[in-house]
Order: sequence, then structure tokens, then C-alpha cells
Amino acid sequence: MSESHTGEHVHHELGFWRKYVFSTDHKIIGIQYLITAMSMAVVGGTLSMLMRYQLAWPSMISPTLGKLMPDAFAGGVMKPEFYVSLVTMHGTIMVFFLFTAVLTGGFGNFLIPLQIGARDMAFPFLNALSYWVFLLSCIVIFSALFVTTGAPLGGWTSYAPLSAIPAAGPGQGTGVTLWITAIALFTASGLMGGLNYITTILTMRTRGMSMMRLPLTQWSLLITAILALLAFPVLLAAGILLMFDRMGGTSFFVPAGIIMNQMPIEHSGGHPLLWQHLFWFFGHPEVYIVVLPAMGMASDILSTFCRKPIFSYRMMVYSMIAIAVLSFVVWGHHMFVSGMNPFLGSVFTLTTLLIAVPSAIKTFNWLGTVWGARIRFTAAGLFAIGFVSMFVSGGLSGIFLGTSAADIQLQDTYFVVAHFHLVMAIAPLFAAFGGLYFWFPKMFGRFMNETLGRIHFWLTFIGVYCVFFPMHIIGIGGQMRRIYDPTQYMFLVPQQPVNVFISIAAFILGAGQLIFLFNFLFSIFAGKRVLERNPWHATTLEWTAPTPPGHGNFGEELPVVYRWPFDYSVPGEKEDFIPQTVPATVVAKQ
Amino acid sequence: MADGSGPGRVTLSVVGLAGLLLVLIIASLYLFIAQPFWFPPLASEHGGRIDSLFGTVLVVSGIAFVLVQGALGLFVARYGANGNERAAYWHDNPKVEAILLITTAVILTVLVFMGQRVWASIYFADQPQNATIIQITGEQFFWNFHYPGADGQFGRTDTKLITSTNNIGLDRNDPVAKDDVVSVGIMHVPIGKPVRVRLRSKDVIHSFFLPNFRLKQDAVPGMGIEVWFTPTRAGQYEVACAELCGLGHYRMKAALTVDESEEAFNAWLKMAAEQQ
Repeated sequence: MSESHTGEHVHHELGFWRKYVFSTDHKIIGIQYLITAMSMAVVGGTLSMLMRYQLAWPSMISPTLGKLMPDAFAGGVMKPEFYVSLVTMHGTIMVFFLFTAVLTGGFGNFLIPLQIGARDMAFPFLNALSYWVFLLSCIVIFSALFVTTGAPLGGWTSYAPLSAIPAAGPGQGTGVTLWITAIALFTASGLMGGLNYITTILTMRTRGMSMMRLPLTQWSLLITAILALLAFPVLLAAGILLMFDRMGGTSFFVPAGIIMNQMPIEHSGGHPLLWQHLFWFFGHPEVYIVVLPAMGMASDILSTFCRKPIFSYRMMVYSMIAIAVLSFVVWGHHMFVSGMNPFLGSVFTLTTLLIAVPSAIKTFNWLGTVWGARIRFTAAGLFAIGFVSMFVSGGLSGIFLGTSAADIQLQDTYFVVAHFHLVMAIAPLFAAFGGLYFWFPKMFGRFMNETLGRIHFWLTFIGVYCVFFPMHIIGIGGQMRRIYDPTQYMFLVPQQPVNVFISIAAFILGAGQLIFLFNFLFSIFAGKRVLERNPWHATTLEWTAPTPPGHGNFGEELPVVYRWPFDYSVPGEKEDFIPQTVPATVVAKQ
Repeated sequence: MADGSGPGRVTLSVVGLAGLLLVLIIASLYLFIAQPFWFPPLASEHGGRIDSLFGTVLVVSGIAFVLVQGALGLFVARYGANGNERAAYWHDNPKVEAILLITTAVILTVLVFMGQRVWASIYFADQPQNATIIQITGEQFFWNFHYPGADGQFGRTDTKLITSTNNIGLDRNDPVAKDDVVSVGIMHVPIGKPVRVRLRSKDVIHSFFLPNFRLKQDAVPGMGIEVWFTPTRAGQYEVACAELCGLGHYRMKAALTVDESEEAFNAWLKMAAEQQ
């Protein structure tokens, strides 16, 4: 990575370790987050491949796998406890250690100061600390895969009392202890980040950067940080209470009278649903902690490659705020058949369908942006359009699940798996890929290979639809989530060929991601050099900074902002974009 | 005119993306209309209401799906860069936004009310009086079905009495327990008569799932939860566990028989009681 020092004169040269490893520079921290999260994605993705192998061919004997992983594949057949551990670790790693980390930690850190015209975050040391605590949490969760008694198997939701009683299964001892520890560290790291993001965006915007001139990425990151600050402590508290139940003899989540393997368990007075309420009070905002930054980034990228202003900027901001507020009153839709009072089911149906309104508004606005555009089909642009398609496909199935009566049948089936993957994993994944192709030149001073990028897009777009769309169908057919062998049930046997199809598609999809990984790593060192500050002809401030930006980002003078970030194709102008730093008087306004 | 009115250049990306969105629409229409795989055959009274609610939501969201994905595909096909034109410059239309907002809100509100009518008919209706009552206890990794027997009264249970042969700790010395039937993994109900199910769990959370009956209810330790349904089709069905409950979750199933008559059901109950 080359270092540019245009106009820099106050900062002395730092050594390698201080500059690239123990750095307090938001750009380095952002890239550290990105690469760490991508490594976790490789782990989480590999686990899902093993899951798909098992689901398609549940009774296949593989001597090779038996030799490779004798503990997991006794006699060449996957053990059921290993399968549920895969489910648990895949979910946990992807939700927290990939999506939350890559979007807020990675893009958030890199983009916030650059897009608001600041030299760094408000609290650079806290920022670095946040990353190192995150890295520690990654190491802890990763180590859970290697516990001799097994990785945790209670799912990423870790419902009590399965998670509260170590005797409930292999992996529920040390495995769950590591899970709780990792999650606690992760939330602590997230809180440090969130505090930093809010302070930075609210107080460190450059001259002229009013709130209504912020790129939508910045709005989304600000709202996300507020969500994180309000939601993470609830999970942290719940995790600590769970730890007390496991180790301190308390009974927050465990009622009296439990008999496990004919042995009475010494607890009394707790309630299992308390865990679910706490978990989902965090868990639903968490969905938007992942989705909102994706929405913001996709909006900005879409506008750039459509060469057209985002449709209804104001409504985009208001709908994100509405989603954030409503996200705290919908958690019960995860619990319609949990034994919660059915009257609450009615309330949560209402709030859940309410939150669909701002989501629909955003979709209309993306369509309005593409309408009348002049789209440049770069890899980044393709992924931004793909994001809209995925968000719509995943969002609409939410109406079925949010309707409590329809959810009775669909709850805990593959219909749910299809829904949440498309809307909160694949859509954000598309936004993150779009973001990587888009901002990679600013990060590393080189382009990613565009041809490989497009091949990656096609494989991913076709792959995810082949994997996740048929899951709706087998979910309607009744296939439960988290089961090791669907062919155990007679009523699921006829649709087993669909599982085989999904698995084959998943392997192709997985292989397609290797193209991306190769492109990413290769391009850091040998990609085509970026010779200008603004290769995409975009309007936001990061593109006025040197490529890659030096320490302090903007050289001697901070940029001054005169306009909103979406002046694309302004009629009568020479160029089809006007950066935010161009004074209004220069342009003859229509 | 530099306002994006001319056709876009036809490139591989345009054809590919617009084409794929078209394939997506056609494939999903096939899957949801031809229904090569669909719900397990319906066998309960209230299930019909759930299925038709699903159908209504499917029509509404299906139309939205086709319109939005279709519009996206159309715009991709139509508005590619063509090298000599600029995009249109407009970015607000409060009237259209208001119409879309209100339309969406109205459609979703109607769906909420339709859904809640079904929900209320299932959860807020009075308990049927002449029902078969079964106490069901989930444990890792099987279901225990406890029938009160001819006297209609459940015998006393006590967790202290639980042994490997007495899963639910039934007190056999209790006079009303004499004719009780405890069946592991086998459930019988008569056709056409409401069944009230009292769900409990001994250890972790399980979920009592009858796919053909559109019934799913978590069994939570420390709670007794009652649900009811009326079987409408005789035959053999499967009971599943829908909540991850440990390593054997996938095999926590039971066999459910809907007997063709009350007599057939009573005959089974009598036979099972004799085997106790």
C-alpha cells in the first residue's frame, strides 16, 4: 500500500507496526475490520458448505471426511451434534462477526471521517481499542470450534434452558461459555464503536456539511450506531445473566422442576421466555444494524452508477429513522408460538406490518432512482441493483411471517431461513460487495479487476437465488430448521431432491466467492493503479481526498461543502456530476 | 434531449440482468402457482383458514414481487448508459410519494385485520367443551402422550416419581390414575372432535408441530400451554419437534393416527390401557 502525504506537514513518519498494525488511523482500522470479518466469513461460509453437504446426502458415508475430521465424522458419517454446532457457529459468525463487523466496523470506520470531511474519528484510541476487542472476540468464538466436548449447539439465538444447563448437550458446557464470552466482548467492542460513530458524525462534520447534506451512507451509519448503543447492552446483560445461571447458581431463565436425563436440576423461579424477550429485544434491532448500513451504501452506489440523484432523499432519511424506531417494538414476532400471551401476537403483527411501510417506501425510491437513469453496469453498480432485488425478495416473505396466524405454520421452517437469509444476509452481502468494488480504489489505490468482479456478480446473483428461493418451497412443505436429517420424516422425503439442488447451487455459489477472494487479495498488490482522486466520477467528499488518503485524509485544508451529495446529471452542466465541494454560485441552477 | 429518454445501449450486463430478473419472475410464478411442492395435505378445521390467509398474502405479495422485480428488469433493459445522453434530473415527487405511502399502509392494514381475524378465531375462541384432552410432555428427544382414560380424569404426576420407565412421573397409586394411558411416541385422536392439547416440557424448549394440522406450539419448561384443533381427515400423520432442543432434535418425532371414529379411538385407548 502506498502512502500519500499530499500537503501533510504536521505528522511525523510512523514505524510499520504503529502505522499498519497498532494504528489509530480510522482507515487502517476500517481495513483491519474488513479483513478480519472477511476471514470470519471464510470460516462461516465453510461451515455452511458442510451443512449443505449433510442436508443433501444425510446418510452418505465419506471415508475422506472421516479421516479429515474423525471427531465430527465418526465412521465417515457426520454426527448430529456436529451438525447443530455447525448451525450455531455459522449463524453466530455470520450475524455478528461478518455482517455487523464488516458494515459498521469496516465501512463505517473507513467512510465516516472521509465522507463528513473530518481528519479522523472523535476518539481514535477508543476506535483502535474497539477493533482489538473485536479481534479478541473473533479468536474466542473461533476457539469454540476446537473444544473437545464440542462447539455450542443451541443455535445463534441460544435459547434457555438449552443454553443455561451445561448437561443439556455436548457443547453446552465450555462451548456455550466461550459463546457468551465472545458475544460479551463483541458487544463491548460494538458499544465503543457506536459511541465513536455518533460523536464523530454529530460533532465533526466539516463546514457546510449540514445533516441534510450527508450521504445516505452516513445517515445509515449514524442511525445504526444509535441502534447499537441501545440494543447491544441488552444482549450483554442477558449474556451475563445467562452466565450467572450457568455458573453462579442463579435462576433467571431456568424454572423449577426440570429433569434432565432423569436427573433433577437445581433451579427455581426463572422463566425461559425472559431470555427470548431479552434476546429479541436486541435481536430485531440487530437485523437493522445489519440492514440499514447496507441500505445507505446501496443507495449511494446506486445513485452514482445510475448517474442520477437518489429519489426522495428526505423520505430515505425519514424512512430509516422510522425503521430504527419501530425496530424496538417488533421483537415479539419471533415469538408468536413461544407461549407468549396471544394478545401480544396481535400487537406485534400490527407493529411488524407497520415497519414494512418505510421499507416499501425505500424500495419505491430505489426504483425511482433507476427510472430514467443512465446506468453504468460496473461490478459495484450491478451489486447495488442486485441489492434491491434481494431486499424485495426477502422483504416480501416477511409479510407472511409477520402475520401471526400464517406464521403458526411457517415458524421455524425453511421459509424463515429463506426470508432472513435474503433480507438480512444476502441483501447486505450485495451491498458490502458493491461497497468493496466501489471503495477499494480509495482504500488501496488500485482497482479490483472489473471482469472478475462481473463474473463474481453473475455467479453470486444466480447462486443465491438458486440456493435461497427454493427454501421457501421446502419451508411451505414443512421442513424444519436446524434438523440434521430431513429424510427422517416421511412427509419431507418427497421434497429431498430440492435439498440436493440447493446444495449443489450452494457449492457453486461458494466456489464463486473464491473468485472474489482472489480478486481482492491479488488487486491489493497488483491491481490496476488508480491515477485520479475520483475514478467513478462521484460527488461525495472521500473522492476529493488523495488516493489513498494520507494520515489526516484531506491534506492541509479540510474540504468545504456547498451542496447535497446527489448532483448527478444536472442539466446544463459540463460534467454529469458535481462534487459536494463545488460552490453553488459556480453552477447556474435550473 | 439529455433526459434519459432514448434507449440504453444493449450490453451483456443489460441482457443478463434483465433476463435473469425475467427468469426469476417466471420461475417463482411456476413454483407458487403450479405448486410442484406445497403444504402437507390439510387435516384440521382451522387449518383451512390459515391456508386461505396464506393464499391472500401470497396474491398481494406476489403482485408486488412481480411488479417490483419486473420494473427493475425493465429499467435495467431501458436505462443503460448509451454514451450520448444524460440521466433525467428529478429527485422528488411528494404527490407520488404520498400516494405510494398511503397505498402501502392501507394494503398492509387490511392484511393485519384479515390476519388477526384468523388469529383470534384460533386463540381467542372459547375452549370446546366436548374435547378429547391430552397432556403432552416433551423431553430430549421424544414426546409423551398422557390420556386420562375412561374416567376423564388425569392421575397425579410428580417429578419425584420420574424413572426411566415412568417418564412423566405418574402416581400409579392415585385411584384416578388407574385407567390413565401414557404413550411414548404414539398419539391417537378421533376424527371430527376437538382435541385439547396441554403442552409441557421436562427439560428444554420443544415445539409441538403437526404439519398437516397447521398447528405449532412451543412446549416450555415451567409453563403449561393449551392449544386445540379439530382433525378432519382420518389417517396417519407425523408429529415433529420444531424448536432446536439438542443433538437429537431431528429425530424427536411421533406418529399421529386420526381414528375414523370415536369407537376406533376408544378401542385403541382400551388396548393401550391394558398394556400399561
